[in-house]
Amino acid sequence: MTQTDPPSSENFPPGESDDGAAARAPRHEPETPQAAVALSHEGEALALALPDALAIYGVDVGAAIDEVVCRVPVDHVVEVCRQLKDEPGFAFDYLRLLTVVDYVEQDGEFEVVYHLYSLGNHHKMMLKARTPEGRPSVPSVTGVWRGADWYEREMHDLFGVDFPGHPNLVPLVLPDDFEGYPGRKSYPLNDYEEW
Amino acid sequence: MNGFGNVSGARGLTALSGSESPPSPGSEPGTVDMMVNMGPQHPATHGVFRMELRVDGERVLDLVPHIGYLHRGSEKLCEHELYSQIITLFDRLDYVSNFNNELVLVTAVEKLMSVEPPPRAELIRIIMCEFNRIASHLLFYGTFAIDMGAMTPVLYNFRDREKVQALFESVSGARMMHNYFRVGGVKQDVDADFAARALTLCDDLERGVDDSDRLLSENAIFIERTSGIGVISGEAALDWGLSGPVLRASGVPYDVRVEEPYSRYAELDFGVPVGSAGDCWDRFYVRILEARESIGIIRQAIALMEPGETMARVRQIARPPAGEVYAHCENPRGDLGVYIVSDGGERPYRLKVRPPSFCNLQALRDLTVGHYIADAVVILGTLDIVLGEVDR
Repeated sequence: MTQTDPPSSENFPPGESDDGAAARAPRHEPETPQAAVALSHEGEALALALPDALAIYGVDVGAAIDEVVCRVPVDHVVEVCRQLKDEPGFAFDYLRLLTVVDYVEQDGEFEVVYHLYSLGNHHKMMLKARTPEGRPSVPSVTGVWRGADWYEREMHDLFGVDFPGHPNLVPLVLPDDFEGYPGRKSYPLNDYEEW
Repeated sequence: MNGFGNVSGARGLTALSGSESPPSPGSEPGTVDMMVNMGPQHPATHGVFRMELRVDGERVLDLVPHIGYLHRGSEKLCEHELYSQIITLFDRLDYVSNFNNELVLVTAVEKLMSVEPPPRAELIRIIMCEFNRIASHLLFYGTFAIDMGAMTPVLYNFRDREKVQALFESVSGARMMHNYFRVGGVKQDVDADFAARALTLCDDLERGVDDSDRLLSENAIFIERTSGIGVISGEAALDWGLSGPVLRASGVPYDVRVEEPYSRYAELDFGVPVGSAGDCWDRFYVRILEARESIGIIRQAIALMEPGETMARVRQIARPPAGEVYAHCENPRGDLGVYIVSDGGERPYRLKVRPPSFCNLQALRDLTVGHYIADAVVILGTLDIVLGEVDR
């Protein structure tokens, strides 16, 4: 296919496609479509219960696809996690996943995401905390769920996020003398030029 | 990768520390703790995994696992690929249960795009995933027996696994790296004689699993080597984030297929085997029972299959809306999840895998300390790790 081929009918309404100049006129870019957000019954009940229970920490409760999202100030992560695990109404006894998302380009911040699950109540939620790019640091939750150990070490390797309170924050997946944080968006995928 | 010789230092244990002083005359003869390094090239570590053991005679006093020898940066790589290309990368995570890996990715993208695959495609996926679970467990029985010095079972297990892979090849064109599932369905429909061949294979596998059961489960030496070894309570297992057969052997009935049914698992009738002691024998036997349940699932799914489409109408290059999604499925090794952050583009903004082997391996130190060196090999065997997934 060459550059001069007529544009496909998928992108241009019929009638315009024959007229190259008109078709190539700047079009109104539609806004990025957003995924539909819906919660299950359990999710809605959880989303209603969370703001009251965690009011003193200044949390912000929202929703993603089939998932309650709770944003928490980074200083209170451990207290919130402890309460979410210990309070029988929540009982989040299972840490599914802990990860970091790089929002440095957009907001100058890293976001730490905790995916929690309660086997007793069949609740699930995402807990999120943001930390600035300069010295990213989030208190370690290894004291709440021991399973956070390797997740935090891995995220320390890949994103350079510090987890104060972690018992042994040494390299896990990278060599000891590796320099840089390859998970970050600013780290190039290849160090060679493709030709 | 360097770090091979890094036996002591910040990352590892300190060799020969503390108790080196010679015994004073007249007292009991002292002992010296010894360092034993296993891996990364060691047959019992099932891949490039290294562990440092501090031992007193045969007794393990401490253990430090080292991973990362297979770290390829898959998650970073995924951020630079189209969703359809990521399927091939997922094949290479847990490389003995490829279909199960593909399923979790396409499920996540479909959830994000609100796409519903046709019923026939969903059943083909379920059949493939359950066959893959049996194939993966067959490999486990055999290699686990080798870990304990039993050479024979693996020959039978490979015989049966090969039949499964022949079926996979006829369906997807590849024995292992299938790239068969698509966002919205599967690559192509199965052949007309697929159901008949799959049912014959089910009978073969049933016999194969029974063979392993008879060869190993009640064997006196096998029981001696596995019973009461590497015990973990259900509570501790949850705390460590264990999943799959390792968690269920400790008595926690957590199976994603039942807990949060995906695809068409809600329509199928199957049991979730659970252990009670949480030792190596339970972790082995849960997998025997699970393979039998999988055979039942396949037979039900084949009975449900009706002719029809195998692909929903979606763009060839998937372009999900902006948003984030977490989807997970029951992999032979446990709860495999994927978290995708989409900015509305053709490539994910961030993709993170929840690797079950990675989580299960964390508990290795707790399980092993206090046992003999030979048991360390057995305990690692029951965790059934795949390093491609641990390191990603």
